[in-house]
Amino acid sequence: MSQHATTYVPKSRFAKWFESRLPLAGLVHSSFIAFPVPRNLTYFWTFGAILIFMLAAQIVTGVWLAMHYVPQSNLAFESVEAIMREVNYGWLLRYLHANGASMFFIAVYIHIFRGLYYGSYKAPREILWLLGVIIFLLMMATAFMGYVLPWGQMSFWGATVITNLFSAIPLVGDTIVSLLWGGYSVGNPTLNRFFALHYLLPFMIAGVVVLHIWALHVVGQNNPTGVPIKSGKDAIPFTPYATIKDMFATIVFVMFFAWWVFFVPNYLGHADNYVPANPAVTPAHIVPEWYFLPFYAILRAIPDKLGGVIAMVGAIVMLALVPWLDTSRVRSANYRPLYRQFFWAFCAVCVLLGWLGSKPPEGGYVIAARVCTAWYFIHFLLILPLLGLFETPKPLPASILETVTGRRGGSAMPVGAAAAPSTKG
Amino acid sequence: MAAITATGQTKATRRDFMLIATGAAGAVGAAAIVWPFVASMAPDAFVIAAGAPVDVDLAPVADGQIVKVFWRGKLVFVRNRTPKEIEEAEKVNLASLPDPQPDSARVKEGKAKWLVVFGNCTHLGCVPLGHEGTYEGWFCPCHGSVYDTSGRVRGGPAPLNLPIPPYTFVSDTKIRIGEESKVPPKAAAA
Repeated sequence: MSQHATTYVPKSRFAKWFESRLPLAGLVHSSFIAFPVPRNLTYFWTFGAILIFMLAAQIVTGVWLAMHYVPQSNLAFESVEAIMREVNYGWLLRYLHANGASMFFIAVYIHIFRGLYYGSYKAPREILWLLGVIIFLLMMATAFMGYVLPWGQMSFWGATVITNLFSAIPLVGDTIVSLLWGGYSVGNPTLNRFFALHYLLPFMIAGVVVLHIWALHVVGQNNPTGVPIKSGKDAIPFTPYATIKDMFATIVFVMFFAWWVFFVPNYLGHADNYVPANPAVTPAHIVPEWYFLPFYAILRAIPDKLGGVIAMVGAIVMLALVPWLDTSRVRSANYRPLYRQFFWAFCAVCVLLGWLGSKPPEGGYVIAARVCTAWYFIHFLLILPLLGLFETPKPLPASILETVTGRRGGSAMPVGAAAAPSTKG
Repeated sequence: MAAITATGQTKATRRDFMLIATGAAGAVGAAAIVWPFVASMAPDAFVIAAGAPVDVDLAPVADGQIVKVFWRGKLVFVRNRTPKEIEEAEKVNLASLPDPQPDSARVKEGKAKWLVVFGNCTHLGCVPLGHEGTYEGWFCPCHGSVYDTSGRVRGGPAPLNLPIPPYTFVSDTKIRIGEESKVPPKAAAA
């Protein structure tokens, strides 16, 4: 068992000189070495690290792609084909980037649903959660604009459909759409600004991620019991325990990622996007990327343009409101027998909405999408507030340690070292 | 920050003046600099210039045919309607329409044969397929909106009829899209 000093003590003369001018090493030490981690975390808590890896991977592959890509509507499609055929390892960079987006969303959805299951959004983690919702929104905007860049049929018509959503806004809708397009329809000016924004937004995500981690390190991590760290024995130091576990999980995730890249690189895409954009013909079956399908299904379920857009935006607003909609004081669904069942029902509804979003908007699919959309909102607006009032939770363990060892005692961090999560940045 | 004088009264200081003056100048400056940033997002002079009117020769358009042309980068359908299609478009009970408009308000007087409409669904902008759907006008494959032979929405999530671009007949067999005819069309009585 390795033990660390709980505060950073510079040893060399240079370290002392540097630390007194910029306490960077001390910040890293308190955040990523001595930081107390609940000792009962599962692999569901490794997705934060996986997401940081994916963000970095997307930025690196994206910057390299930008060296070869041409954001001009007459050249964009061909430049992407040139990346695939002419640029050394261009195919790899592009497949890494395109599949990386999907991997990013797989990881973020696991991360979000883990938070919903274990009540990670409850006090004192509301700001942490809200920052996460902001990251999610920025991710969606970035992914959407990235998908437009190859300027294939799905790019063009996806851009048309999504930008037209804004035309549903009363009075100013058409003006906003015109400002988004820079023209009277999706065209070269649209492609240009989307490229600029697609390059910008990931760095904004990185900025919000810093705030997200900062907020996490103020309030501490939630854990499968939802019971906070009460003594040093409930916690273990971030390094080596969380560090190694995060690295291991990331490597396993990268293997999964590599399987998509090397074996089925186009499975998650659409064949139509290998057809150059044609403003005169809409593909027969137009669907967004898989990670937007549940929201797309909600949009289509409402037989009214403005209503559909409101419902789709509302679906994300629900996530932002969840800390206040859930009235239960128990965090973890492990101790909430009813919520646990509703949680899994909600998961099923989300998956079903995703499937329905990929189907044509007709017949039984529309009816099923309406039922699922209704349930989506009922879950947030009725079930979450009411469950807290009517549900009888199971007794909570006295401490994290008790659930891990079944007894009191054991050794971990020196007592007192982690009595409260660090309030330092 | 008002200073308090010996008598206990507050008195405006030079610092108060600086705060208000600087704040006001900064606020006006910030608002003024936002304008060019937003305005630069609007269609630029090239895009507007590319929106000059286009002429479409109607002579080669066969009966029942729909041709696609572009004006200002937007798709326009020019449909040579058959007598049956015209009749179906005219005999509709207007009260039953989501966006009531008589067929006569959607064509030029005496030119009921020619329907000229923008080719993007009023829902989310997909291109509807011609001669499809219940009314054999258009059907949008994206979200299932249905249009009749007058380009009026008859079903699905689209809120409005396919809009009519400004156009005029320069001769019996030629229209100019992007220029409104001198004679205004019949008022769009609901």
